[in-house]
Amino acid sequence: MTGDRLVTYHPSVNDDPVFKALADPTRRFLLDRLFERDGRTLTELESELEMTRFGVMKHLRVLEDAGLVAARRSGREKLHYLNPVPIRLIHDRWIDKYTERRVSALADLKHELEETA
Amino acid sequence: MSTMTETTVQVYNVFIKASPKQIWEAITKPEFTSRYFYGSHVESTLEPGAAFRGWSPDREQLWTDGEVLESDPPRKLSYTWRALYDETTAAEEPSRVTWEIELQDGGISKLTVVHDQLEHAPKTAENVAGGWMYILSGLKTLLETGEPLQG
Repeated sequence: MTGDRLVTYHPSVNDDPVFKALADPTRRFLLDRLFERDGRTLTELESELEMTRFGVMKHLRVLEDAGLVAARRSGREKLHYLNPVPIRLIHDRWIDKYTERRVSALADLKHELEETA
Repeated sequence: MSTMTETTVQVYNVFIKASPKQIWEAITKPEFTSRYFYGSHVESTLEPGAAFRGWSPDREQLWTDGEVLESDPPRKLSYTWRALYDETTAAEEPSRVTWEIELQDGGISKLTVVHDQLEHAPKTAENVAGGWMYILSGLKTLLETGEPLQG
């Protein structure tokens, strides 16, 4: 096997952890809560979910591993911050590429129709 | 519940396939910043107390101004920050920007940006929120592919 890139799960070279993290409704819910108000503790986030503390912790861990949440210590507290950079990278890699082609196809069509009109 | 943390601290990070030294240069040299930081040219001697400035692409306008607080190449750079490119942000108190670079396994570095002390700069906080995401993804693209995000 030469699948060097396929077995590398580091967020720098692989989008998988990001897509996997986003594929869960609880984790998307957590991201939306951080979007509303950034820099929250586990206790604050836990209070918004019908789930054990351990369960929320596990989800936050997946988000952290995917780079979607950045955690910082502030005194005795661990605060969680939304890190949208991986979403931007996915946007550049997976969305821009395809929408640009469609936009340019429409532009070509417009050009062609106007030429023949 | 504290309401201070919601807008006064912003944390971003990105993993980049590059050495800490390469990342440090990309942050501190104008030939790099001009390719991912809205075209701005950074200017600083990086000594504590020295100015840390960002000039417009034509070098006519001062876009950002600040003072170096801490410089520990290639690990940590911290400076005060005033966004002068917008009237409302220019009127606010300075905030603080800190870059941290940590070497990881496999030739990868973790770059973290903490933008804090935004207590008296709510417009700046709002203004930079989308900007850092754009800058960090642009910096990663530049270092990994040699090409800037925009032309």
